[in-house]
Amino acid sequence: MGKHVAAAGLAALAVAALAGCGTQAGGAEGGDASEGTTTLTVFAAASLKGSFEDLAGQFEAAHDGVDVQLSFAGSSDLVAQVQQGAPADVVASADTATMDKLVADDLVAAPQDFATNTLEIAVPPGNPAGVETLADLADPDVALVLCAPAVPCGAASAEVEEAAGLDLRPVSEEQSVTDVLGKVIAGEADAGLVYVTDVAAAGDDVEGVEFPESADAVNTYPIATVPHEAADATQDDLAREFVDLVLSDDGQQTLAGFGFAAP
Amino acid sequence: MTLSFAATLPDRGFDVELDVAEGRTLALLGPNGAGKSTALGIAAGTLRPHDGHVTLDGRPLVRVAAGRTRTWVPPHARQVALLAQEALLFPHLSVRQNVAFGPRSQGARRRDAEAAADRRLEQIGLAHLADRAPSTLSGGQAQRVAVARALAAEPRLLLLDEPMAALDVDVTPALRQTLQRLLADQTAIITTHDVLDALLLADEVAVIEDGRVVERGPTTQVLARPRSAFAARIAGLNLLTGTWTGDGVRTPAGEVVHGHAPGEDLAAGAPMTAVFRPAAVSVYLDDRRGSPRNTFRGTVHALEPRGDLVRVRTDHLAADVTPQAAAELSLTPGTRVWLSVKAAEVDVYRD
Amino acid sequence: MTRTEQRTETAVGLPRWAFVPAAVGGLFVVLPLVAMATRVDWSSYWSLVTSESARAALVLSLQTSAASTAACLVLGVPMALVLARSRFPGIDLARSLVMVPLVLPPVVGGIALLYTFGRRGLLGETLQVAGVQIAFSTAAVVLAQTFVALPFLVTSLEGALRTAGARYEVVAASLGARPTTVLRRVTLPLVWPGLLSGAVLSFARALGEFGATITFAGSLQGVTRTLPLEIYLQRETDPDAAVALSLLLVVVAVLVIAATRRGRSPL
Repeated sequence: MGKHVAAAGLAALAVAALAGCGTQAGGAEGGDASEGTTTLTVFAAASLKGSFEDLAGQFEAAHDGVDVQLSFAGSSDLVAQVQQGAPADVVASADTATMDKLVADDLVAAPQDFATNTLEIAVPPGNPAGVETLADLADPDVALVLCAPAVPCGAASAEVEEAAGLDLRPVSEEQSVTDVLGKVIAGEADAGLVYVTDVAAAGDDVEGVEFPESADAVNTYPIATVPHEAADATQDDLAREFVDLVLSDDGQQTLAGFGFAAP
Repeated sequence: MTLSFAATLPDRGFDVELDVAEGRTLALLGPNGAGKSTALGIAAGTLRPHDGHVTLDGRPLVRVAAGRTRTWVPPHARQVALLAQEALLFPHLSVRQNVAFGPRSQGARRRDAEAAADRRLEQIGLAHLADRAPSTLSGGQAQRVAVARALAAEPRLLLLDEPMAALDVDVTPALRQTLQRLLADQTAIITTHDVLDALLLADEVAVIEDGRVVERGPTTQVLARPRSAFAARIAGLNLLTGTWTGDGVRTPAGEVVHGHAPGEDLAAGAPMTAVFRPAAVSVYLDDRRGSPRNTFRGTVHALEPRGDLVRVRTDHLAADVTPQAAAELSLTPGTRVWLSVKAAEVDVYRD
Repeated sequence: MTRTEQRTETAVGLPRWAFVPAAVGGLFVVLPLVAMATRVDWSSYWSLVTSESARAALVLSLQTSAASTAACLVLGVPMALVLARSRFPGIDLARSLVMVPLVLPPVVGGIALLYTFGRRGLLGETLQVAGVQIAFSTAAVVLAQTFVALPFLVTSLEGALRTAGARYEVVAASLGARPTTVLRRVTLPLVWPGLLSGAVLSFARALGEFGATITFAGSLQGVTRTLPLEIYLQRETDPDAAVALSLLLVVVAVLVIAATRRGRSPL
C-alpha cells in the first residue's frame, strides 16, 4: 500500500517539475546571447505579414548578428499569448482596442501608432456578382463574407455598415481577414470586406472595389515594446530600435508600398 | 440418388466422389485433416471446388469446370443445414427463438415458427428449456437443441461435422440416441473419427484418407472386413449381438450384456447390438469380484502391444490393459481370464 | 483507515512500476480540465452558458453531431462489413484510404471538402446548377463532421466484426436465412457493443470538430457556428465566456460517453 502512495507522490512531483521547467524557460528565452546571435522576437497582426517581413530583413541587414523572429496571428491571439507570458520583445497589433488590453495589464511600454488601414471590397477575378458599391453587398443574391465583429476587421466592417445605414447579411463570419480572403479567392464568396493591404497582397487572386464609406472606419495600428523583468538592457534597446525603424521614413515607405496609410 | 457429389480441390489434394440415397445417413470416417470437413464445406457452399458438381434431388447446387463456375447456388438457398462440433446457438436468442430461426427466415410467421419450435423441443424432451438463454445450457443440451434447430429448417440434406467431438463422453449416448431417432428419415452425412457414431447412426460408411475415398459400403461390412488402415484401426471395438431380455442383451453364448439402453419400449427377443471399447474392459484371473453384470469368460488368444497399453484378445472380445497389469496377471496365450465392463460403458441399440 | 476488502482474483501481467507512468498519463489528461475549471468565473457561469449565442451554438452542435453520427452509421456499417468480410484486390489499400481522415489535419480536410463541394468544386459546380447550395449551410457542417468521424466508426466496427468471425453467419445461412436477414438478425445483434462504442466515438468526434467546419462551412450563428466555433470566437472578446463554454463542451461529451457505457460489461 505504501508503495502506491510513494508512486503517486513521484508522479505528482514529476508533473510539478515539468510545470516548473516551462515557466523558467519562458522567462529566459528572450535574451539568448549564445554564440553571438541575438534574437529579437516580434509579434505582429496577420495583416502585417508582408510588410514586417520586409522590415525584418532591413533590420537584420543593419544589425549584424541579430536574428528577427516573426510571429503572425490574429490580434487577440497575440494579446492572449503575451498575457500568458510568451517571449515577445515587440508587439504590433491591428487595432488600438487590443493593444489597450496589454497596456491595462502593464505588459508593454507606451504604444505608438505607426500605420492606418481602411477597408476595401474584395471580389473574385471577373467580379461574377458585379459588385460596384458598398450598398451592393446588401443584395441577398450576393454571397458576402465578413470578419466576425469580435475581430478588429469585423469591428471596422460593423462601423462602416452602420455609418452607411445598411443591413448586411453575410453567409459566414470568419475568424480572421485571411479566412475571408481565402473564401473570396476560392470563389466560395462573391464578396468580402478586407483591408486595402490584403487586396494589394493578394495580387491577381482578387480584384478590389474601393468605396468612399471606408473612411468611416479607419484602423489604427499601434506598436509597442515589451520590457522584460530580467532587465536585459541590450534586448530592450534592440526592441526600441526596431520600433524606431518602423516609425522611420524608410519604414513608413515600406509600409506604404504594401498599401498602408500614414498614422 | 438424392445427393450426388464429385469435387476436386487440387490445392488441398482433395478428390472425392460420394452419393447418398434419400433418407439414408452416410458416415464419413477418416483421420484429422483427411478432408471430411472439406467435403461438408463444399456441400454446404462455404467452399468452392476447383472442379466438380453437387446435385441434390436433381437440382444442381454447384457446377464448376476447371476453375470456371457455371452454377452456384448460395448457401442460404441450398436447403442444406450444417451442424458443427460447437452447437453455435445464437447467444442473443432464446432456445425457442433459435429453433424457430430457420422457419422464420424462410418466411413463416413468428407465432407459427415458435409453436413448431416448441413441438420439436418436446420431441427431444427439452421443452422445459425453451425460454432459456443458450449460455445456460450444458454442452449436450446445446448440441441437441442445435440438432432440433437444423431439422426445423427442413433441409433436404443435413450435414453433421463431428457433432460429439466437443462433448463429455457421458453425455454422448443421449445425443446419439436423439440423433438416431431424428435421422431416421433424413438424408444426412455425418463426419466422425469415432466408430460408434458410424455404427449407430449411419447406414453406410465412406472412409477418407488424404483427400480420397479409400473404402465404401454398409457400415458393419466395412468395419467387419476393413480394407483400409484407418478402418482397421478404428474397428478395434467390441461388438456383441443378441436379443433383448428385458434389461439386457442375451448373446448366443448365453451371456447377458447390460448397458445404456434406449428409453423406448422394446419387445423381448428384439435383435440388439451392444458395443464397448477395449479400453473399458478389465481383466481378472477369477471372478472373485463377484460382480454378476457384464462379466465374460474367455481364453487369451493374443497379446498385442498398442502404444503404452497391451491389447488382450480373447475369442470374441478385446481388452486394453497396462503392461504392468499384464505382467502382474502373468497373461500369456492360453490363460483363462474373466473380462468385465461397466454397464455405463456399454451402448445398447436396436439392430 | 479501513482496509479495503481483498480481491479474490489477482492481477497477473501488471508490473508494479506501470502505475507510475499510468498515473502521470492520467494526470496529464485530467489536469488541463481541472485547470480550466479553476479559471471559470462560477458566479457568472450560468449566464455565460445560457446566452443567446451559446444556446444557439449548443443546439446546433447537438443537432449536427446527431445527424453526422446517423450518416456515419448509414455509410460506415456497410463499409465495415465490406472491409471485414469480403476479399478483393486492393482491399488493403481501401482500408488505408478509409483511415485518411483520421490522420489528416482537420483544416486540410475542410479544404479538400471545399474543393469537392464548394461552389467551384468537383461536385459543387454540378450541384450548383441543380440548385443545391452546400457551402455555408448546416448541411456543410454535417458533411465536415461526417468526414472526420467516419473512420472511427468503420475501424471500431471492422475490428469487432473480425473478432466475432463469421461462424454464426454460416450457420444462419445454412438454416435458410438470406444475407440481409443474417445481417439483421445475427451479425448486428452480436456485434452491438462494438457498434455502439463506434457510434459514441463518432458522436464525440463530430461534437468536437472545428478545423474542417470553419474552413468548409464557415461560421454563422444558428447556421454553421457550432459550439467549438463559438468558443473560438469568444476568445477574441470574452475569454471568460470561452472557458465557460469549453467546460460545457467537456461536460456534454463526458455525459454522452458515460450514458452509453453505463450498465454494460467491460467493452
